[in-house]
Amino acid sequence: MQPDEAKQMIIDYVKKEFLEDDSDMKITETTPLISSGIVDSFSMVSLKTFLEKKYEIQIPDAEATPEAFDTVNNIMNLLKKFSKI
Amino acid sequence: MAYSGKTKEFYQSELKGIKEAGLNKEERYIRSPQAADIKVEFPEGAPEKEVVNFCANNYLGLSSHPEVVKAAHQGLDARGYGMSSVRFICGTQDIHRELEKKLTDFLGTEATILFPSCMDANAAVFEVLLTPQDAMIADKLVHASIVDGMKLCKAQTYVYKHCNMEHLEEKLKEAQENRFRMIITDGVFSMDGDIAPLDKICDLAEKYDAMVLVDDSHSTGFVGKTGRGTHEHCNVMGRVDLITTTLGKALGGASGGCVSGRKELVDLLRQRARPYLFSNTVPPVIVSAASKVLDLISKTTERRDKLEKNTLYFRKKMKEAGFDFREGTHPIVPIMLYNAKLASDFAKDLYQEGIYVIGFFFPVVAKGQARIRVQISANHETKHLDKAIAAFTKIGKKYDILGKTKDQIIQKYGM
Repeated sequence: MQPDEAKQMIIDYVKKEFLEDDSDMKITETTPLISSGIVDSFSMVSLKTFLEKKYEIQIPDAEATPEAFDTVNNIMNLLKKFSKI
Repeated sequence: MAYSGKTKEFYQSELKGIKEAGLNKEERYIRSPQAADIKVEFPEGAPEKEVVNFCANNYLGLSSHPEVVKAAHQGLDARGYGMSSVRFICGTQDIHRELEKKLTDFLGTEATILFPSCMDANAAVFEVLLTPQDAMIADKLVHASIVDGMKLCKAQTYVYKHCNMEHLEEKLKEAQENRFRMIITDGVFSMDGDIAPLDKICDLAEKYDAMVLVDDSHSTGFVGKTGRGTHEHCNVMGRVDLITTTLGKALGGASGGCVSGRKELVDLLRQRARPYLFSNTVPPVIVSAASKVLDLISKTTERRDKLEKNTLYFRKKMKEAGFDFREGTHPIVPIMLYNAKLASDFAKDLYQEGIYVIGFFFPVVAKGQARIRVQISANHETKHLDKAIAAFTKIGKKYDILGKTKDQIIQKYGM
C-alpha cells in the first residue's frame, strides 16, 4: 500500500469508527486525534489493534503512546517504523 | 535520602499543572453520617453547612439505615474487626460463604466471588479468563475500572460506539477468528444514567458466540422490577454470563464488590484472580451489613419503589422547569450545561443554596459535554426534591439557560 493510500485508509477508519454517524467534522493528516478528544485513550487501543491486524505487525505498548497516535501523520511514522510502508 | 530536589520539583510541577488546568479535585469534609441531609465543611476550615446531598451513590438510602448499622455492629461483635488474611489462607468465614450465596440468589446467577471492591473485580476478571487468542469487545463508555482491567489483559481489544448495536455487530464479525469473544458493557452508564440494551446485546452474543459481561454497579438493588439489576430490567436474566457489581453503592455503600455468573468462570477466578489472592478478605463488619441489606431488599421492594417514584418526580419537574437532559428512568440525572466553567460555577451556586452536587467536565466526560450529575436517593423526601428543583431553577434563571437547547447554551457559553 502506498503512503497516501495508507493515510486515507486511516482517515476513513477514524471517521467511521470514532465520529458519530451524523458528524460533519473534517479529519486531515494533521488533525489532533487524542489531544482533541476525538479518539479517547481507550478507543486508541482498538485503532492499534486495527493497524496491527491490517499490516500484520506488533506495535510494542511502549511505542503506542497518545503522542504517537495523535495525528494521522504520527501514526504513519509508527507504521513506517514497524512495517514496510 | 534519595528524594532529591529535582524529584521533588518534578512532582510539585505536576500538581501545579493540575491546578492550572482547573482539574484539581478538592475534598469536602462531611461531618455527619451519609444521608439526604448532611453537614459539610467546605472549603477546609469553613463553618459547617447543612446541605441536601444529591451526589451520593446511596440510591436505596441504606448507607446509614439503623438495621444495617445494627448488623454491622453484630458482625463486629460476633466475627471481629479484621481477619489478617487473604481468603484462601485463613480469611474465609462462614459469613463470607453466606453472603456469596445470597448474592448468587439475588442476582439469579450460578456462583459469586467477593472482591475487596468492584474495581478489583474488574481488574481481575479479564486477565484470568481471556488470553491473546481471545477478543474483548467493549462499549466506548465503560467505566474506568473496566478500561484498566482490559489493559491488564492480553486479549485483543475492540471498542464499539456507545450502545450502537450495528457497530457492535461489525466488531463481533471482525473478531470471529478469535478463540473466544466477550462483550463488555456497563448495565447503566455512570455519567448519563442510560441503560445498555442488554436484550439486543444478548441476541448478538448468541448469534456470534460471545460471552457477555455487565458491570451493574449503578443498577444492583434497584434497576428492574425487583431490583435485581439491568438484566432483570431488560428481561435477560440467565443470559448474561458475568455480572460485576459493588457493595459500595446501593447495597449499603461501604466497600466490596463481586463477580457473579457462570460457575466455572467464578471458580477459576477463585484460583487465579490476583486482586482476590493477594489482598485481604472483605472485613466481617461489611460482610454482615451487606448480608442484612440483601435480606432487606429481598423482603420488600419498598425502597426501590420509592426511589423510582422520586426519580420520576424529579425528572418531570426538572423537564418542566426547562432543563436539558436525556430522557430516562434512572436516578442519575445529568443536567447538561456543556461548558466546563458553567458547570463548575453552577454547582458552586447550588451549594450556596444548600444543594450539594458536583460539576463534571473533561476529562471525566467528553469535551463539550459538561454537566451536573444529580443522583436521587430513596432517602430523599418530596421536600428535598422540591428544594433542589427550586434551587436549580433559581440558578438556571441566573445563567439564563432554562428552556434553551444544547446549541443555544453552547452559543452563549461556548464548549
